Amino acid sequence: MTAGPAPLVEVRDLKRVFDVSKPWLNRVIERAPRQFLKAVDGVSFDIRKGETFALVGESGSGKSTVARMVVGLLPPSAGTVTIDGVSMHDAAAAEERQRLRRRIQMIFQDPYASLNARWRVGRIIAEPIRAFSLIEGEAAITERVGDLLMLVGLHPDDRTKFPHEFSGGQRQRIAIARALASDAEFIVCDEPTSALDVSVQAQILNLMRDLQERLGLTYLFISHNLAVVRHMASRIGVMYLGRLVEISEGKSLFSAPRHPYTRMLLDAVPDVAMVGKAREAGKGEIPNPISPPSGCTFHPRCPLVFDRCRLESPPVIDGVACHAVQAGRVAAA
Amino acid sequence: MPSEDTAPILSVRDLTVEFVTRRGTLRALDRISFDVARGEVLGVVGESGAGKSVTGSAIIGLIDPPGRIAGGEVRLAGERIDNLPPEAMRKVRGKRIGMIFQDPLTSLNPLYRISEQLIETIRVHTDLDAGQARARAIALLDEVGIPAPEKRIDSYPHEFSGGMRQRVVIALALCAEPEFIIADEPTTALDVSVQAQIIALIKTLCRERGTAVMLVTHDMGVIAETADRVAVMYAGRVAEIGPVRDVVKQPLHPYAKGLMGAIPSLEGETSRLVQIPGSMPRLSAIPQGCAFNPRCAQAFDRCRTERPEPIAVGSRQVACHLYDTQAGSEVAA
Repeated sequence: MTAGPAPLVEVRDLKRVFDVSKPWLNRVIERAPRQFLKAVDGVSFDIRKGETFALVGESGSGKSTVARMVVGLLPPSAGTVTIDGVSMHDAAAAEERQRLRRRIQMIFQDPYASLNARWRVGRIIAEPIRAFSLIEGEAAITERVGDLLMLVGLHPDDRTKFPHEFSGGQRQRIAIARALASDAEFIVCDEPTSALDVSVQAQILNLMRDLQERLGLTYLFISHNLAVVRHMASRIGVMYLGRLVEISEGKSLFSAPRHPYTRMLLDAVPDVAMVGKAREAGKGEIPNPISPPSGCTFHPRCPLVFDRCRLESPPVIDGVACHAVQAGRVAAA
Repeated sequence: MPSEDTAPILSVRDLTVEFVTRRGTLRALDRISFDVARGEVLGVVGESGAGKSVTGSAIIGLIDPPGRIAGGEVRLAGERIDNLPPEAMRKVRGKRIGMIFQDPLTSLNPLYRISEQLIETIRVHTDLDAGQARARAIALLDEVGIPAPEKRIDSYPHEFSGGMRQRVVIALALCAEPEFIIADEPTTALDVSVQAQIIALIKTLCRERGTAVMLVTHDMGVIAETADRVAVMYAGRVAEIGPVRDVVKQPLHPYAKGLMGAIPSLEGETSRLVQIPGSMPRLSAIPQGCAFNPRCAQAFDRCRTERPEPIAVGSRQVACHLYDTQAGSEVAA
């Protein structure tokens, strides 16, 4: 994380707390205390220009919340997101942020929900162009939309159709075209292929990689699928209950996982390369995030747990947040 | 492992399911045939719309109008069950064929304690009295790995986590000691670490009880690890069926090849994924001849006119003209 150019995206100690208390009257009558859910609890990472940084984790680990805070859809409770030197949440940077907005786009999981069903595809894709007044003149906009459709493997004439006339994979292509319409450089992809069939998923993943090569895009890639992440990411962060437990260069996470949770996850994923091999199923399930375990939140499921884990939350040191690894109780990989 | 020289527990021959709609008759299953041996796990894979779930529903006679079984037969331990009257079929369902569905929350009644649901099911299918049935329900919950079953049995479904609920559903499926279980996407709604536990459980239970399982899923990883044999479905037809090792490692059918190559793996290279152009045809527009021909790189004239029948290649059956050695001659089905 040291060498190389300055990172495009810097996330520092990001936190997000949701108030999940019962309504006021219930709290008074039932004497229920206020309840808070720490969806994201102190996450820091950098994303370099042109790389794909992936966040993986099971449901409830807070990866989508991080994504939404990074693009500015959700204000953080604490911490900062800085993109190309501009703070995403500092009021003083409002003007610069407005200019930055154009360069950041998002692709969502469900291509059925993320496209306006009443708009024609041409209008959907042209929306960022018009919003940022990037191109003047209808003819020029139409031409640009046609180019974008070709770029994602659709036909320029498709712009006159409605989203319902397309399959899931084609819709995700439209969503990608829309993201590229404003010449975005940084694209946050929240589970872009989890709603798609495998053969279509392969098409979309290949397309995303091709576009990255051609346009020099930077991706923040959110997924629960480790195999997809391995295929796409240059660096990977593993999340568990709102915290980053391990950050690693792509390949080494899979060849030499260090955090016990990463190991458990890798052992648990069914994989086509595993025909006939026996596996170790991990124990337990993700605890309720409203009342997470003390200390290291993974300790009730951890095979390497010792006293310190129950008391202190481990900091991320050298890319891994685990007392056992830091104390040298696990052979460093 | 398939047990030696016994008749298959389930035998499906030329099963055809049609849905009559205003715009014409849609053929969801088109003359599919396969056997499941006693104690065997048969995986059924395919993308959305391939007919995987319809196959399961047709076997247990749960095709709702306007769908109907238009031809073929289903035999359970040699007896035909596809033409049984509803009353008789109800006795087969649950008693001789167990079912596990994708979403554990919808297969359990939220208004009844799980004890009531388990005991009711046990008493319907066996002649145990209430006390014995309860003891048996507790034993079953213990067997599927629910901690402190004598306490947990009186809980409601919402008091269980997703993984635990799926365990309850498995216990429910095992109540009457069925000879055959249909598991339709049993792990799709679960997180990966829990998924591995459920797969391991299904596998162990089947090995111990000698129950055959038809495991329907779109996740090749799950199949690769669990199944003995696998059937790859495409557009309502079986493209390839054979031992899981062969089909996953060296698929023969061009669609199966594409499908396996499209899946990102946790091992090996992370170069481009194999990409099948296009997507699965709609039921209303299944191409003439081989349903896969418009997407197939190796298609030739015959593929466009004549539907390929399953051809035995070694230990498997492949429905593809490429493997027809006596080109031009009719191949017996």
